[in-house]
Amino acid sequence: MLRKKIYMTAGYNTISLGTGRKEFHPKKPRPDIEHYIKEAGEGTMKKLKNSESIDESVIGNFMAARYNKQAHLGAFAPMISPVLEYKPSLSVEAACASGGMALMTGMKSVLADTADSVLAIGVEVQNSVKAVYGADILAGAGYFKDRKTGHAHFFPGQFSDRAGAYFEKFGREKTRKAYARWYKQAIENARLCDTAQEFHNTHPDPEALHFKSEPNPKVFTDHLNVFDCSKVSDGASAIAILSEEGLKKHGVDKSQAVEIVGYGHSVEDITQKPKDPTVLHTMADAIAKAMKMAGITKDEIGTVEIHDCFTAAAVLGVEAIGFAEHGKGTDFILDGHTDRNGMVPFNTTGGLIGWGHPTGATGVHMAVTIWEQLTGNAGKAQIEMKPDRPYGMSVNMGGDDKTLMAIIYKRA
Amino acid sequence: MSYTDKLKNVSVLGAAGKMGSGILLLTALEMVNQSLKPENKGKTFVLNAIDISNEALNGLIQYVRAQAKKTAEKQIVMLRKAYADRADLVENADIITQYENDVVAVIKPTTRIEAAYDSTLICEVVSENPDLKVKLFNQIEANNKLSPWYFTNTSSIPIKELDEKANLDGRVMGVHFYNPPAIQKLVELIKAEKTLPELESFSHEYVKNLRKIIVPSADVAGFIGNGHYMRDTRFGIEMVDRLSKEMPLHEAILAVDTITREYLVRPMGIFQLDDYVGIDVVQYIMKVMKDRNIDNKLQSDLLDKMVDAGVKGGQNSDGSQKDGFFQYEKGKPAAVLNPDNMEYVDVATIKDKVKAYLDAKTDTMPRWKDLLRDKKKADKLKVWFADLKADQSTGAQLAIEYMQKSKEIGLGLVNDGVAATNEDVNTVLETGFFHVCGPINDFV
Repeated sequence: MLRKKIYMTAGYNTISLGTGRKEFHPKKPRPDIEHYIKEAGEGTMKKLKNSESIDESVIGNFMAARYNKQAHLGAFAPMISPVLEYKPSLSVEAACASGGMALMTGMKSVLADTADSVLAIGVEVQNSVKAVYGADILAGAGYFKDRKTGHAHFFPGQFSDRAGAYFEKFGREKTRKAYARWYKQAIENARLCDTAQEFHNTHPDPEALHFKSEPNPKVFTDHLNVFDCSKVSDGASAIAILSEEGLKKHGVDKSQAVEIVGYGHSVEDITQKPKDPTVLHTMADAIAKAMKMAGITKDEIGTVEIHDCFTAAAVLGVEAIGFAEHGKGTDFILDGHTDRNGMVPFNTTGGLIGWGHPTGATGVHMAVTIWEQLTGNAGKAQIEMKPDRPYGMSVNMGGDDKTLMAIIYKRA
Repeated sequence: MSYTDKLKNVSVLGAAGKMGSGILLLTALEMVNQSLKPENKGKTFVLNAIDISNEALNGLIQYVRAQAKKTAEKQIVMLRKAYADRADLVENADIITQYENDVVAVIKPTTRIEAAYDSTLICEVVSENPDLKVKLFNQIEANNKLSPWYFTNTSSIPIKELDEKANLDGRVMGVHFYNPPAIQKLVELIKAEKTLPELESFSHEYVKNLRKIIVPSADVAGFIGNGHYMRDTRFGIEMVDRLSKEMPLHEAILAVDTITREYLVRPMGIFQLDDYVGIDVVQYIMKVMKDRNIDNKLQSDLLDKMVDAGVKGGQNSDGSQKDGFFQYEKGKPAAVLNPDNMEYVDVATIKDKVKAYLDAKTDTMPRWKDLLRDKKKADKLKVWFADLKADQSTGAQLAIEYMQKSKEIGLGLVNDGVAATNEDVNTVLETGFFHVCGPINDFV
């Protein structure tokens, strides 16, 4: 049990900009990282009364120091609003779990009684470099001493190895079918969310498109194709983390807030290779801790935002939660259980593959999506929460199963 | 001598020109790709970039560097493996920079032809002038003791003539790249009567390694590409002459250009293509072919008049199009030449009139750009050309006539033994000229 009640509210997402969005053109100027921080921060602040009561800010970001030659992001908070000037603000980093770490940091401030209201932001602007150089930057989420022997597209290479191991153990064809189904769900859900990177995607048959595209090791990885991968994205998300007192200060009606009932934060030794490439041990550990803290079982979870940086990660994620036993995550997906009309709708606005993956923003984006779904703010992407499954869960991963942040939410 | 040994010292003559720079780049990439193979580690490759202009040579290195970078970015998966033994190259960026440096390092820019005296392979890419080509060959022959092989990029001159005039004894092969060589997929390979078999097989291996599509052509002036194109242009001019009895000359030019671009679904109209190639170049190649009795109709008073008046088309050094049949704005024809007074008339002022004259129903007309990657290309063309055939309008009739003539020219090339097969003719037009379908088709 949490020693104190924590709430989240006033979520805001910018668009996820990159290939697929009509606004995106690789050779035309694009908004800078300042723009994204400001838009997301203002978006959340505008939804709060008395925004001057915000006690502190935290910005999750992975690699602005390389993508944008900009470090020290904490000091951007007062640029969002003068009411944040001279208040505490910092940036936190744990690769693609940086957003989750921003939430964690805010939650700990509330738990420690040092803040009643924290503005948590996640941001990443990745289109500043071509993907081939972005791969170098993203590789920083792994152990640098493994970089030399790694794939040109380092992380796709890591998860391709996991996919290959899974193919060998449980069959290639069915696994690839599950990947294709996952891709289809991601695209179809993204079409319901106007900030999603794949919102403009009109392909008549994404599932067939994926399945027919055989992985080509000459130009990409051995076992994954480009549709198995989340894209390069620019974007930011923000949400307010409040105590009971904070809700009152900002005049937030509980119907517009979610309560955090459990979390799990786990790390594994970054210098070590996966113990078993077909299992996400750290993810399973963080999820188990979160459920234990919340005092719930997987059967009470009604929606999940899983870290599907790759389709392969989604299948392993389904198994890490315990929805399917080892080797059966593919069946769980192919049986339609993760579909928006299924048993437990996953990634209802497209997830990392469909909505987008501005790396440092993703953890916060997941929280915003769960908040939207539980408070009826999801617009066309709204799902109906079943009474016997009232909980939402977000699972944010940094690196190859190295830092994990799982959070469980319910209506306040 | 092995393939790689033959490639160890190469000279490109005319290396900084439009064609030369592309051939130089492709050769430099090939040398570095060879040098990265385990069996070639430690071998030194030299590529002499010989040109008369120091200025152009400076720009050349920048061009090669930028292109090498793009190539490395695309081939990063393969390159990481090739540089696996280099512990100092860790990130993709390190490897890409190294590759760029390696490519630039093989190139030795110079204005001195003496550099070619140590080469075992000479790629000749100078202007289309047989006397100049022979003069350079003679000079190298007099000083190079290695009996080098020669590639000539001529697009029209029979290789046999060059072989005989320069006393090369079969050490020459026609290797005709299309413009721009770095991008165009087609290479016509022309073996002369005495070309050495080992040179022929070397040239096949070289061109294949550059990932080009090879079409062999007989050693007949103009080869397949210009064999078709020159006659196609000549027919366009004849059609203009005919139409000019009913309308001003400039309107006739626009009409024929429109038919060949839009109705025939080609990337450019026939006269826009002439401008791109250069009016003087077209005039010269026609003369080369006519002088060798390939086709005595290959001459045009209109082209002669234009060249005499200094209207020659071709490109400026920044790649923009010079005035020819048309004046261009942002790469598109904006005004058309009236050869009667050598003045240009705004296309916008006569476009509707020409359209009304042609008058074909264009509901099913596909656009060239859309068709290139369209899987249903054949079906769409079938519908469009059937509609065109059924259409009684002047434009449709002229278009069908043009297609028939184009097919006749293609069949003639096979009949005359210039091309081995119908397929070869079609491949040249589809890959060298970017036509959506070859001229020898069942649409007409």
